[in-house]
Amino acid sequence: MSGNGPLVAIRNVVKRFGSIVAVNNVSLDVQQGEFFALLGPSGCGKTTLLRMLAGFETPDSGEILLEGEDLVGVKPWKRPVNMMFQSYALFPHMTVYNNVAYGLREDRLDKQEIDRRVREVLEMVGLLGLARRKPDTLSGGQKQRVALARAIVKQPKVLLLDEPLAALDRKLRVEMRLELKRLQHEVGIAFIFVTHDQEEALTMADRAAVMNAGQVLQVGTPQELYELPTSLFVANFIGESNVFTGSLKVAGDDVTVVGAERAWRVSAEASRRVGLKDGDAVAIVIRPEHLQIIPAASGQETNGLSNTATGMLIETAYLGSMRHYIVELDDGTRVMAQTQAGHIFDSLTEGTRVSVGWELERGVLVPADDEALIEGAGLSGAL
Amino acid sequence: MRSKFLKRVRALDVHLVLVYLFLYGPIVMLIVLSFNELGLPTAWGGFSLKWYGELARNTALLNAGINSLIVAGGSTLVSAVIGTLLAIGLERAVRSTLLDAFVFVPMIIPDIVLAIALLSFYSLLKMRLGLYSIMLSHIVFNIAFVAAIVRTRLSYFDPSLEEASMDLGATQIKTFLKITLPLILPGIMAGALLAFTISFDEFVIAFFTAGPGQPTLPIQIYSMVRFGVTPDVNALSTIILFISITSILVAQRLSGMRGVL
Repeated sequence: MSGNGPLVAIRNVVKRFGSIVAVNNVSLDVQQGEFFALLGPSGCGKTTLLRMLAGFETPDSGEILLEGEDLVGVKPWKRPVNMMFQSYALFPHMTVYNNVAYGLREDRLDKQEIDRRVREVLEMVGLLGLARRKPDTLSGGQKQRVALARAIVKQPKVLLLDEPLAALDRKLRVEMRLELKRLQHEVGIAFIFVTHDQEEALTMADRAAVMNAGQVLQVGTPQELYELPTSLFVANFIGESNVFTGSLKVAGDDVTVVGAERAWRVSAEASRRVGLKDGDAVAIVIRPEHLQIIPAASGQETNGLSNTATGMLIETAYLGSMRHYIVELDDGTRVMAQTQAGHIFDSLTEGTRVSVGWELERGVLVPADDEALIEGAGLSGAL
Repeated sequence: MRSKFLKRVRALDVHLVLVYLFLYGPIVMLIVLSFNELGLPTAWGGFSLKWYGELARNTALLNAGINSLIVAGGSTLVSAVIGTLLAIGLERAVRSTLLDAFVFVPMIIPDIVLAIALLSFYSLLKMRLGLYSIMLSHIVFNIAFVAAIVRTRLSYFDPSLEEASMDLGATQIKTFLKITLPLILPGIMAGALLAFTISFDEFVIAFFTAGPGQPTLPIQIYSMVRFGVTPDVNALSTIILFISITSILVAQRLSGMRGVL
């Protein structure tokens, strides 16, 4: 056992199903006590990776180390790892109590010890009063808690959660995010959870790995992933973004992205961050909240904004605390901007002539990966 | 609108009653006759349990009944075990639809074909015929019935239940005994009851593969019928009918597949 190493170390893991490479040379570290998310669209390999951690799938090559010991080939029932299933997988013929006690009984603990621990964990999830009930008499939220209790009662070194909130309705899902986070702090076990919901990953995880097509594209804190994506896929998958493509032109500290219609300025730092060179096909990513809108008639200056363009406001949407704007630029490109409600431009109506622009350092530069870029330049994300 | 709706319901009701009369009229007649003092279909001599008493004294018929119970019971037990394992194997391991289809063939092919095939097979092996040869023959098609019913049960079975059990520390065998088996048990019971019912009154295959002097109930009744039906057969039929109906109802309830059985 290594004291300082990562709790879980995944090293060059490959898993194929027939001709499909589900997990393609993935390496990841998860630390002690960490809340870690595997985030990606369906079919990206995140669930397969989780199932390899649980022992339900065996990697074709690579290593999965838990506290320095290789888990590959260790049967699921011998791993100090427990899993919470997406369907919860509660045993329908057993009471809540017996579901939770199942794993402890397999460990042949004595009766008092089992009883004490089952009660303790049921109390923790607030279900002690329902111990004698059968799973099919419980609500979705209660089932979820039983599944969680059953998975943590054995105090595993790592808890795996497969889409833990997917089966709940939206309101409950948002509540349970905080609840799960609280529980994780309380038990101090490392949680690795799989989700396709970027909002869920951002709100719950200490760190997340964004996966696509069997590969990990980027690992980082939610803030890093949102603010400094290193690929167009991550930029598009996490949050919403405006994307402008072109080829990179570096002249000393003067860096521009030359597109079909015009060139956009980028900070020199941004180009260095992802190691892009002169001539590379690149994309600038600007989050909607960083795109500023100034009505042409307001007479306000666009000073301080490094890249500006004019266009027409074609759509506004009021979202309570936010306001969304869609602007069609004069070259036909559509962009999206977002402001806090109560902003001075609340009264802007569709058809208004506007200028849009952003501060130089808000433009994030990423390689223009052809596969992830579906519609070329312009608006992407959830529209 | 309302009266039109009512009219349609009435027309359907009449239809329903006629269909049920057609289906169950003769059977009801049989039940009534079994309580007829005279034992004749032509005249009612008053209610009596006389023929049930006669039945109790008819040793040939009773022995045949015991033979049928042995054949049905034995073939049911064996086919419940093999059929269940087969269903699990088909559901989990086999990816061939052809192999899949062949399992259910014994359920569908005409009894007479299966009977001839089995008889030729037994004589090829120079096997002596007896109750066990009938039992063996019944196992052939009963496996298919049990497998079919257990499979429908298995297709509703969430495989992550087994994974959860293994994840919590139970080995594969323990998982099967503590999770899989209890959950598919209703399906196995339903399959077994169906198998028993089919086997108990199966005639064609039993007739071909029976040994001398050990008839099953249907064979015995058949041979009696040739010399004229004695009224105690009505009594026996009524008893069998009630056993069959009860077990079908129980099987239906257990398997939760109304309309399939």
